[in-house]
Amino acid sequence: MTLLSVDDLHVTFPTEDGDVHAVRGVSLEIAAGETVGVVGESGSGKSVTTHALMQLLRGARVSGTARFDGIDLLSLSNRAMRSVRGARIAIVFQDPLSSLHPQYRVGWQIVEAIRAHESIGRHAAARRAVALLDEVGIADPQRRAGEFPHQFSGGMRQRVMLAMALALRPQLLIADEPTTALDVTVQAQLLDLVARLQREYGTAVLLVTHDLGVVAQVATRMLTMYAGRIVEEATTVEGFSHPHHPYTRGLLECIPGTSTRGGRLVPIGGQPPSLLVTPPGCAFAPRCPEARDECRQALPPTRRLSPSHRSECVLPVLGALADNAEPAEPDSPTPPVVAVRSEPAPAPAGDDGSAVDQGAVLLRAAGLVKHFPGRRSGPLTRGPAVRAVDGVELEVRRGETLGLVGESGSGKSTLARLLAGLIAPTAGAVELDGTDLAHLDRRGLRAIRRDVQVIFQDPYGSLNPRRRVGSIIADPLVIHGADRADVRPRVQELMELVGLNPEHYNRFPVAFSGGQRQRIGIARALALEPRLVICDEPVSALDVSIQAQIINLLQRLQRELHLTYVVVAHDLGVVEHLADRVTVMYLGRLIETAPTDELFRRPRHPYTRALLDAVPVADPGQRRSARPVAGEVPSPTAPPPGCRFHPRCPIAEADCRVDDPALVVRRGDPAGHRTACLHPLDDADVPVLVGR
Amino acid sequence: MIPIEDPVRSDIAPPGLPSVQVAARSPGQLAVARLRQDRVAMASLVVIVVMVALALAAPLLATWTGHPVHRQYRDTGLTEFGLPVGPRGEFWLGTDQLGRDLLVRLAYGARISLLVGAVSTVAAVGVGTAIGLSAGFLGGWPDRVLSWFIDTTLSLPFLLFAISLVALVGPGLMITVVVIILFSWCPIARVVRGQVIALREREFVEAARSLGASRLRIMAVDILPNLVVPLVVYGTLLVPQAVVFEATLSFLGLGVTPPTATWGGMLAEGADLYRVAWWMVVFPAAAVLALTLAFNLFGDSLRDAFDPRRVEAQPR
Repeated sequence: MTLLSVDDLHVTFPTEDGDVHAVRGVSLEIAAGETVGVVGESGSGKSVTTHALMQLLRGARVSGTARFDGIDLLSLSNRAMRSVRGARIAIVFQDPLSSLHPQYRVGWQIVEAIRAHESIGRHAAARRAVALLDEVGIADPQRRAGEFPHQFSGGMRQRVMLAMALALRPQLLIADEPTTALDVTVQAQLLDLVARLQREYGTAVLLVTHDLGVVAQVATRMLTMYAGRIVEEATTVEGFSHPHHPYTRGLLECIPGTSTRGGRLVPIGGQPPSLLVTPPGCAFAPRCPEARDECRQALPPTRRLSPSHRSECVLPVLGALADNAEPAEPDSPTPPVVAVRSEPAPAPAGDDGSAVDQGAVLLRAAGLVKHFPGRRSGPLTRGPAVRAVDGVELEVRRGETLGLVGESGSGKSTLARLLAGLIAPTAGAVELDGTDLAHLDRRGLRAIRRDVQVIFQDPYGSLNPRRRVGSIIADPLVIHGADRADVRPRVQELMELVGLNPEHYNRFPVAFSGGQRQRIGIARALALEPRLVICDEPVSALDVSIQAQIINLLQRLQRELHLTYVVVAHDLGVVEHLADRVTVMYLGRLIETAPTDELFRRPRHPYTRALLDAVPVADPGQRRSARPVAGEVPSPTAPPPGCRFHPRCPIAEADCRVDDPALVVRRGDPAGHRTACLHPLDDADVPVLVGR
Repeated sequence: MIPIEDPVRSDIAPPGLPSVQVAARSPGQLAVARLRQDRVAMASLVVIVVMVALALAAPLLATWTGHPVHRQYRDTGLTEFGLPVGPRGEFWLGTDQLGRDLLVRLAYGARISLLVGAVSTVAAVGVGTAIGLSAGFLGGWPDRVLSWFIDTTLSLPFLLFAISLVALVGPGLMITVVVIILFSWCPIARVVRGQVIALREREFVEAARSLGASRLRIMAVDILPNLVVPLVVYGTLLVPQAVVFEATLSFLGLGVTPPTATWGGMLAEGADLYRVAWWMVVFPAAAVLALTLAFNLFGDSLRDAFDPRRVEAQPR
């Protein structure tokens, strides 16, 4: 039974620069009880579509129809819409902190949501709120209902949002990037929770996400959006095994992971289009490797590949003629499976006789500790210190890429800053080529900057918006006393090196997209020809297709300039693709270190294993069966005694609570594989991981 | 959905909207375009320009009317009972109790008002920025000391302080400016300190540190340019405040001394005679009001024009 049927939805935002056509003719259907995933990159119009359905867009022109259970959502009055919102269609947003009111108790907010729609007593509503909190997996719900949102972790807040959304048993739940701000293990828990609640309540779910893995794991059908249109619609199995639209195929190909390891990613070239001017033809044509003239002239016809699979692309379905504009027969054969187009790995640096003494230790951290003072709790007292990094031994060898993974609160960013010499350690030492950074004076530290550089996460925050790109990239040169006459040619050379147009020297960062800005940041980091580059989440703020471009750039630069990388990332796919060795961090400690293949194939620490299991694999045929690891990372102010992972560990034994395991080579492991676990997993416990 | 952004991050496309590559205008260009559309801002600007022109042209006006600023016209400028005459052909805005031309005196008064307004604002912004920047960027004990200093200054009673200071030094233009600066830099320092604390945590500052930039360089090259917009806006709003301060002090006889023509002083003289000579009160008061209102409205418009959080999509 069709629950929601949207027909020809258009959304336009009038702006000072002209009309932005954010959604351009979207039609979709959702049946009662099913889960539909909407995927697309930023600007594709996926969020705008859901917001338009709920009449949550102010100042936008919306046209089209949206039939929900017999009523047209788009023509409802404000008052009538309010009775639909929350009660019949609930929505969960990405950031649960800004969706919950900070000044009211959590239980009270759920009670209000219930009482806004049902005439029910305050006490009865409160009882229901507690029951709901219990149902979404919040321990001690009676007490927690009396707490404020800031006392909850991100994952717990999202659980509260789910409890609130499901309080009135809505027929449709719209989840707009519900797990994007969360760690993988918590994401896995929440996706499980959504699936369970959906089974119990029979709620249909419209899941908006940029993460194809999430869609593959939970959705029954998927819609791919690009530039305000749905370009492909299919069941999840069809969509992932036989994608037809070049954009869907491109998205699937540029996900880094096992299958791309060692090779080069195939990015989607170019940039997403501006929606100020709408092209007459296919919006993807400028970036499409298979575009023809007709693609640019008129909207391509919709091809039906099966009753449940349609694609807005002129490309022939296997067997059909190229110029056949007629939609293909519903029972036509499916198109050929796209082969993974990974190119062979180029020869590693150094093989061609260049003078890189690979293997020598470039950077060494010994007994590294960083404690941040706790919050002031009184005029003279402070709360407990935050033990962000708590005893780390680490070596980085010349020419290698070391991946550093961990969830939020693991201390990986703090460790990266310590290694870069940006902050001073509380104890321990960081040695670069045998020089201890801690014992350097200001001048010595400045000299170190020539050797160690940082690429930052946020391409928007790391560039000063009030300065021109040329002067931003020239900064390191000017600071380190370069000759004025040399600066400009050198900056333009750097811009060319990272794939920017040197003529854009005088532009402000505003004029560049996220990916281009990250290139600016990379050019700045490379200006002094450093030996070691610390990449702190270098691609996490970028869309998948742009992410692939930057990853390729980083790899190319490493080859050409013989760089050594430390890559900090929460995305295991990125690390698996880029790194030679991987180190896993948990609560300020390294818990496992191994060559990449070894670590991904034979994880020995239960946490590493849990982390790998929690990653949503972009293949609906490989749905996660194991229950995700329970709980969340504890506060680094009071790490658990013994093994820090023991409270969450499924196989913890009595000694784990007492003995703190050292990071050593465990029995049967090669020399490079070190694990901090008293009872490491055996091979028998580890199923063969199939390529992602 | 209203695109809400971090005030300093004017550069990010709102969520859900694509980054606009067509006609990407710099924040400055965008602000100018917005200002030109803003009728209130344009009207205010016209008033300000007229006032500045009046001040600059004061000697010309005196020559043109043939009425030097201090010249007393006892025959034509006063009635037979020795009272000032109202607006008429010879004296467009009437005369004062000594038979001096009000229009010429008003123009000379504009010089004092604008001079005091400009000088004290520039100085107050300079002092406030230096102190706010140091406090915000350095943090720790410098911040505590400077914040304490700001709070103490703010808690001083303005008029009492001004009266005692003038009693010590004697009234005059210099002391007027000094008193105004003394009481104007604090709000600027507070605003700057708050902005700097937010900017200090931004990644581009950390990026600058990672390149080896000194603290002085970070303050000057990375932080200061990001303060220009708030400083221009607050500076514009400070000018009318200084004009009113000066008028107040002169009205009380604590500011610029007669016979120098000031708007405050003219008001004080008119206050005795308002029953017979309304023009002696109305015209200087209107001048003060017009100038302060124009600066305030223009400042508001400036703030709106530079505000990245401004709702771009207006329902039509």
